[in-house]
Amino acid sequence: MSSMITTDSQSPVHTRVPTEHKPRFQDLCRMELIKVASLRSTWLVLIVAALATVFINLNGVHSDLQYLDRDLAHPFKARPDGQEMHFVYDPLFRSLSRISVQLMMLGSAAIGALTMFGEFSTGQIRTTFAAVPRRDGVVAAKVVVLCAITTVLGLIVSLISFLGGQAMLASRHVGLPITDHDAQIAIAAYTLVVPVCALVGMLFGAVIRNATASIVSVVAFLFLVPAFFGGDKYHWVVRLRHLFPGDAEETLTFWHGPDRDPGKWPAGHTHAWLVYAGWAVLSIAAALFVVKKRDA
Amino acid sequence: MWDYAPDRHCDPVIELTELTKRYGEKTAVDHLTVTVRAGTVTGFLGPNGSGKSTTLRMILGLNAPTSGTVTIDGKRFADRPRGLRHVGALLDAQDIHGGRSAVAHLKSLAVSNRIPPRRVGEVLEEVGLAEAGRKRIGGFSLGMKQRLGIAAALLGDPPVLLFDEPLNGLDPEGVRWVRETFQRLAKEGRTVFVSSHLMSEMENTAERLVVIGRGRLIADESLREFARRGSRTTVLVHTPEADALSVLLAAEGAEVEPAGDGGLSVAGLPAARIGELAWRDNIMLAELATQNASLEKAFMELTADAVEYAAGEAR
Ligand SMILES: Nc1ncnc2c1ncn2[C@@H]1O[C@H](COP(=O)(O)OP(=O)(O)O)[C@@H](O)[C@H]1O
Ligand SMILES: [Mg+2]
Repeated sequence: MSSMITTDSQSPVHTRVPTEHKPRFQDLCRMELIKVASLRSTWLVLIVAALATVFINLNGVHSDLQYLDRDLAHPFKARPDGQEMHFVYDPLFRSLSRISVQLMMLGSAAIGALTMFGEFSTGQIRTTFAAVPRRDGVVAAKVVVLCAITTVLGLIVSLISFLGGQAMLASRHVGLPITDHDAQIAIAAYTLVVPVCALVGMLFGAVIRNATASIVSVVAFLFLVPAFFGGDKYHWVVRLRHLFPGDAEETLTFWHGPDRDPGKWPAGHTHAWLVYAGWAVLSIAAALFVVKKRDA
Repeated sequence: MWDYAPDRHCDPVIELTELTKRYGEKTAVDHLTVTVRAGTVTGFLGPNGSGKSTTLRMILGLNAPTSGTVTIDGKRFADRPRGLRHVGALLDAQDIHGGRSAVAHLKSLAVSNRIPPRRVGEVLEEVGLAEAGRKRIGGFSLGMKQRLGIAAALLGDPPVLLFDEPLNGLDPEGVRWVRETFQRLAKEGRTVFVSSHLMSEMENTAERLVVIGRGRLIADESLREFARRGSRTTVLVHTPEADALSVLLAAEGAEVEPAGDGGLSVAGLPAARIGELAWRDNIMLAELATQNASLEKAFMELTADAVEYAAGEAR
């Protein structure tokens, strides 16, 4: 394993170095994949979040079933104001539920943050940058690996939740087929919010660099801050609320059935997709910027 | 071993030019101009807080210099897409994620630089960690982490090697092994740059010394030249009547300092004269020994003004 030397005492020592293989981006992705795969905590968080999400969704639909038969038998109810109400079952509400997608968002944000603070808080990042001095390549590889893992996981969770839930509803004829337009958009949104939150988490991890502080801040950002923009008294408040990823997910998984009220000033689908894309792009760009600018 | 390009030679020299780093008001590295050459182990010596680690981090492009430049083989390290075949570095053995196994850690590094995976086993074998390869790094002792850091530095078989305080936490056998490894690497024509805050660690390791204090260059010369700087000879005296003797010697113009374990370290008077004075005043001497100028002393004298944290040697 030695470098050969051609040395005489006068001239500077010249060392023959191994051929430089052409650097490839895929090698950096493999490095990141090995890093993720070799940390048990990463898999633990992702798998627990995924299992819990699927469980909550399937269990939600399952417990709906007992009321469903009664409500479907008597779909018309008189409201106190004398109007007649027609019972319509929302096939998406439970099978792709809010509370469980928040679990996925939380898990992926934590994993995203971990890919950064896990390196910065331990000093591992210096070892990484000594091996790969060009930092943008490292960040880009982290983005690719993070997005790949969280998207695949999000898709599996969405599909199992959706198909499982609808299978249970099939005998009551209130389920949606996967060919349904609303269903497809909902599945895509339920899936893609996971990598979006992972990227947001990554940004928080890159900026804050500390485990607890980055997790607390990203959780506050995703779940606490939007709560300040609740209600529909002022349009500008609603507009601000529509800028958060969780709200965009809600918009996109909305089932446009009969008698369904999307609330005052609902956001459009295009707007919601742009919110996803915006956070993804902003997170990547900002993470690249801080990682390149600051001392490691 | 993998393909060698017969015509691709390099001159693995590290060149620091007016390298400066400020953290706010604090100047950690101050206009440092040094050339570190191949073929010898160069010691990078300075008291705690003198800017060694900061300098090494700037060499690796981890910290951006406030001003000045540093190149390796004529190029800024940060501009290289991949580093391991150019420079192997062990900055801090703790700079590692404790949750992985040593094998996974090294494999992730090897893969990123297109280094064949079998090198992982080879370097682990070389540093004596073959047995512990599958264990979590978090459970390693500091000495094992040092060895793992050295293994990572050797992965790419690089012509330049940087080590920051590599002897910390090693047992005597480990220290001997590290010294031999450094000397072998240097003999193979590589540039080996090793920092330490203890002269004693460098004495049997380095041939050249770069000494800094408060971020400034104090000396850049061979170990032998450096030793000559420690000109002051001192005499070690042990006596039951230390106080009386101190007063007596001080009156004769000597500098007297306590030398630990109750002894006195006397500068400015030869041993014979000290004996004569003690005899005259009926002071019994238990020991009277001339101490030749040591490297350690030369180092202490040179950096005396530059010591940042005077008490203790702990980092
Ligand atoms: N990130 C930092 N922020 C502020 N000051 C720093 C930082 N890193 C090092 N220093 C200061 O710079 C000086 C040199 O530190 P360092 O390079 O670690 O010295 P050494 O390795 O020689 O002990 C010290 O006074 C230290 O406190
Ligand atoms: Mg240091």
